[in-house]
Amino acid sequence: MSRKRLQFLAESLSRSTKHFSEVEVECLIKLFDALLARSCSQFAVSGFNRIAFRDTLFAAFGMTDDVVLDRVFSTFDRSNSGCITVVEWVEGLAILLRGTLEEKIKYCFAVYDLNGDGYISREEMFQMLKDTLIKQPADEDPDEAIKDLIEIVLKKMDYDHDGKLSFADFEQAVKDENLLLEAFGPCLPDIKSRIAFEERVFPDTRKL
Amino acid sequence: MGAALERAAQWTAAGSGTGTLEITPLNESLLNQIIKFAEEFSTKHPEEAAFVFREPLEWKTQLDSSVFGKGYVVNEAAVQSEATSRDGQPLLLLSASTLRVRSFDQLSRVTQIAMEKKLKEAQACLEANRDPIVKILGPEYATVEGEDTSILHLFDKVKRGYDPETEMKMKIILLLHQLDLQLLNSSLKQISQDVRLNPAAVNSEVNLLKNFSGKGEDTVLESLEYTSDYVFANGCRAPPWRQVHGDICYLVIKPHDTDPLYITCNTAGVFLNGGLLKGKELDYERKSDVYKDIVTFLRERSPRFVENMAKQEYSFFKEPAYEKNSQYVEGADAEVSGQSQNLYDSTEKKVKSSAAGRRSTGKKLQPTMQWKNTGLSASQRPKSSDKASKKDTEEEGRSSTVSSKMKKKFSANAKSLKINRASGRKTSSSLEDVSDSSSDAEEDEQPIRRQEGTTDLSPEYWGIQKLSKYVKAGDPTATVIALCSMRDFNMAQESCQLAFKDTGCLEVLINLLDTEETNCQTGSLKILKEISQNILIRHAIADLGGLEIMVKILDSPDKDLKCLAAETIAHVARFKRARKTVRQYGGIRKLVGLLECVSVGTPYQAKDTEIARCGALALWSCSKSTKNKKAIRKAGGIPLLATWLKCSDANILIPVVGTLQECASEPSYRLAIKTEGMIENLVKNLSSEHEELQMHCASAIFKCAEDKQIRDLVRQHGGLQPLSVLLDNSENKKLLAAVTGAIWKCAISIENVSKFREYQTIETLVGLLTDQPEEVLINVVGALGECCQEKINRSTIRRCGGIPPLVKLLTATDQALLVNVNKAVGACATETENMMIIDSLDGVRLLWSLLKNPNPDVQASAAWALCPCVENAKDSGEMVRSFVGGLELIVSLLKSKNKEVLTSVCAAIANIAKDEENLAVMTDHGVVPLLSKLANTNDNKLKRHLAEAVCNCCMWGSNRAAFGEYKAVGPLVRYMKTNDPSVQRAAALALYQLSEEASNCIIMHEGGVVKLLLVMVGSTDDPLQEAAAGCVANIRRLALATEKAKYG
Repeated sequence: MSRKRLQFLAESLSRSTKHFSEVEVECLIKLFDALLARSCSQFAVSGFNRIAFRDTLFAAFGMTDDVVLDRVFSTFDRSNSGCITVVEWVEGLAILLRGTLEEKIKYCFAVYDLNGDGYISREEMFQMLKDTLIKQPADEDPDEAIKDLIEIVLKKMDYDHDGKLSFADFEQAVKDENLLLEAFGPCLPDIKSRIAFEERVFPDTRKL
Repeated sequence: MGAALERAAQWTAAGSGTGTLEITPLNESLLNQIIKFAEEFSTKHPEEAAFVFREPLEWKTQLDSSVFGKGYVVNEAAVQSEATSRDGQPLLLLSASTLRVRSFDQLSRVTQIAMEKKLKEAQACLEANRDPIVKILGPEYATVEGEDTSILHLFDKVKRGYDPETEMKMKIILLLHQLDLQLLNSSLKQISQDVRLNPAAVNSEVNLLKNFSGKGEDTVLESLEYTSDYVFANGCRAPPWRQVHGDICYLVIKPHDTDPLYITCNTAGVFLNGGLLKGKELDYERKSDVYKDIVTFLRERSPRFVENMAKQEYSFFKEPAYEKNSQYVEGADAEVSGQSQNLYDSTEKKVKSSAAGRRSTGKKLQPTMQWKNTGLSASQRPKSSDKASKKDTEEEGRSSTVSSKMKKKFSANAKSLKINRASGRKTSSSLEDVSDSSSDAEEDEQPIRRQEGTTDLSPEYWGIQKLSKYVKAGDPTATVIALCSMRDFNMAQESCQLAFKDTGCLEVLINLLDTEETNCQTGSLKILKEISQNILIRHAIADLGGLEIMVKILDSPDKDLKCLAAETIAHVARFKRARKTVRQYGGIRKLVGLLECVSVGTPYQAKDTEIARCGALALWSCSKSTKNKKAIRKAGGIPLLATWLKCSDANILIPVVGTLQECASEPSYRLAIKTEGMIENLVKNLSSEHEELQMHCASAIFKCAEDKQIRDLVRQHGGLQPLSVLLDNSENKKLLAAVTGAIWKCAISIENVSKFREYQTIETLVGLLTDQPEEVLINVVGALGECCQEKINRSTIRRCGGIPPLVKLLTATDQALLVNVNKAVGACATETENMMIIDSLDGVRLLWSLLKNPNPDVQASAAWALCPCVENAKDSGEMVRSFVGGLELIVSLLKSKNKEVLTSVCAAIANIAKDEENLAVMTDHGVVPLLSKLANTNDNKLKRHLAEAVCNCCMWGSNRAAFGEYKAVGPLVRYMKTNDPSVQRAAALALYQLSEEASNCIIMHEGGVVKLLLVMVGSTDDPLQEAAAGCVANIRRLALATEKAKYG
């Protein structure tokens, strides 16, 4: 990528995402290029595929949940092209690293809305929560416990009592209780790995 | 009465559906109250009594138609009342033993007619009508658990339009609710007296009895067996579905003289059950009275048991082989001593002994040595119910030593429980608000054990237990969901707070803090922050090591988490041990670090302010320990506090000023407050709109203003006026105490007094002399005392009528208050006109009697106050003499060990001795040797007043010579060499008096006094000059006389 193009891209992206300075965007683009080069050198692809993305997020933030990571991929991949371009990469990271609460709510809801129908249904919750409980031999039916848990979630978050979570429900619930942002699985990097990542990627440019 | 019936009355357990009321003392008293209510209803509320019920109350009666007399139409078996409702139905109808009643009027008639059967009738009525209110007023008034809004609806209706019937309903429902409350209250009393059994108690009792059972003549029982060998984890043997009813286990007991007895041990006591049914199934229904334990039960049932029990006594002592028993007795004994200790009580021990107390609820029921005694006397006295047996045990207590010991335990126990309950209630309210500021002494709170014993668990308990399952078994995601859901419970409620502890959820929450999962930590802390409002939880958190983890979290990069941790620390660190833990794990440094978040250059950001606020809150809690005050200073907290003091956000100012005022007890902080210019801000915030902030500012000034420069600073920054203004807010007593304290200390400077006079503070202060709590009074009186420095203020106090209340306060008991009152009265007494009032109120006598107060400060201040009184009172000599034993008392105070007392008494004696007769009396009481003994002091103030006293005491009889004999002259000569002119002056005056006695002149001369006196002859102070010259003249005269005698 030419120097000029890089600068131009950085400038426009820093303007569109608002959260990064130009220099920071440049750093992210360079990181993108480096990672891309390492992961799939033989093909001249324009972005990460699913597996490469998963590895990248794992390496960067220690995120491991496959179900969630797949969804994160889909959320990053706005164009639905099956690979993540540099623009999508920078825009996605903007939310992960510096996003406001509203942006994060939108992002999380998109991740959790598995089929993208605008609602998080009981089935989707079950899908996401099914492995959250340690199976205990003494327990009757592990699925029952999960179902109970889903009822607890609905009681807490389903404001309009329609048995599923709309975006409005989710937004309201998270605003009332920030902890519910990641109610169905970790999809944001925790603060320590975030700081570590920024320190690594943005040398000297981190402002206080 | 619905609620009372539902909850308090004991319905037979087995029956669902109709159910019957058991015959227990509790139910009986409930019924009696209801009957009384019904009986008096028609006379007390005649209008409401005529109200016709929605549906009749209907029950099977045992009353015969023949008992109905006037006002009823009797035909064969049916009876109708003559009174009818509007639609013509009779208000009472009896047909085929079914009675239907439709008004209170008729109800009360029935109770009157039923005579001695009324208890049975009431029982039948209530059994048939579980919720009578529904029948009386209609189904919409059914008793519901929890909030009952029916009254409110009704009230609305009444308001909307006048409707006599609704109003009537309203009255009736209010009356019924009243009764309900009354019933609940009285049953609560009974229930709380109830002793409850637990599995451990039953088990040890059974083991004990087993040791004395077996074949043979002398055993107490033939056999005693559990019906089931399986023991559940909770120690019960009853099947779970019976445990719900409180059953613990079932026993088959074969006494020597009766058939096998099948008994049930229930938490409520021991009773006979229905025995084995066919098919090996037990009949669980209760068939006898309830007894408090197995022994009591058997005493009732088996005479042989009682008899043989008496014989066992000897073998019991002889055979220590029964290891279990001897151990057991030891335990009980230890407990007795433990309990009495509890009575005397050092709160310190409370934690420990309350744990013992908890155990003792069980143990109390267990048979210890004294059961033999009760057994013995029980055989002489027949008993019918368990109530009687309880009474008996107490009576026996009086007759035998062993059980009197036991009785003591009982009462001790009862007492401690009462205390617990009382203070428990306090805890939940405001006992230890952070704002309860401490004085110099480190304050500490003590956990108070709540009364245990009831096995009923709150709904919160089950709810939280269910959720805690997910916290325990879930990954972070499930945990966070469960934690969020837990927060939907009302955390401010005590039952909820304790549920966390009882379910073991607290441990899990604290373990969560130790993870790396920020969300889990946050969720856990959000809960901990709330429930740590509870004193027991606080202690539990500290015990579980929660504080050190929270201190660690203070380093977290997550700001929210930091805030939560600091706030929770603020809640937990309200007792000494917790504060120490915080310090030991380096928490103070980190908390001070939170205050550093001020972003340089930028205006304070919301987050940073929040962090600083939480940090300050935690520091405030911690700053109640002296060592923590030091640690805060060492960590550089003072400049940071000073910086935050400059901001204008009350939310952060309150904890910051709170910390400062707490720390102001340390001199280093007072210095810092002065040098860092904090007074200006403190003064500024006196005018804040937050009373709490005003209070802490005033309190900080109160603590600092002992320092003169600070007093001046307060004045220079215009702090005196807001202080005076705040006096008008006399509702908030804490604020008032702090403000009056600040005024008191500021008034030590005379410049400030003039300012206060300008602001007419004295008038306001006088108004505060009555109807105020002690902590306010102390400061008000102190302030008035200081204001009396100005003559004009002394008359102001008189003009405002301040003297009578002041004199009245001389009868107070608080020592700090008395000291201040003495000072103020003394200061007022310097005005003759004031003195007249004081005298007329007999104030001098009151002051004099305060000399008997054990506190030396009170003694000294009273003696000081007496000086101007004696000086200014009319006929003071006569007045002093009228106090019987008064002179002896004051002379005897010369034996005190306290310098200030001695000084003040010398001053008083100097004044009293001006009256010759009184001097004579004092001389008789040995004032001369006592004064002489004090002469060798180093204290200049004492020297001065002592010399004055000596001077004035010379005027009687041979006192001059006596002073010489008791070697007072030598030291007085040395007083002349001190560099304090007032001492020199007093000494010179005394020496002049003493020099009238020749032998004294010799001593003086030997002491080289002439040279010193000659200097004073040149003084401009006339009396001094005169005294010095006179003294020299006396010495000289003696010398001349001697020479004349020698050579002449």
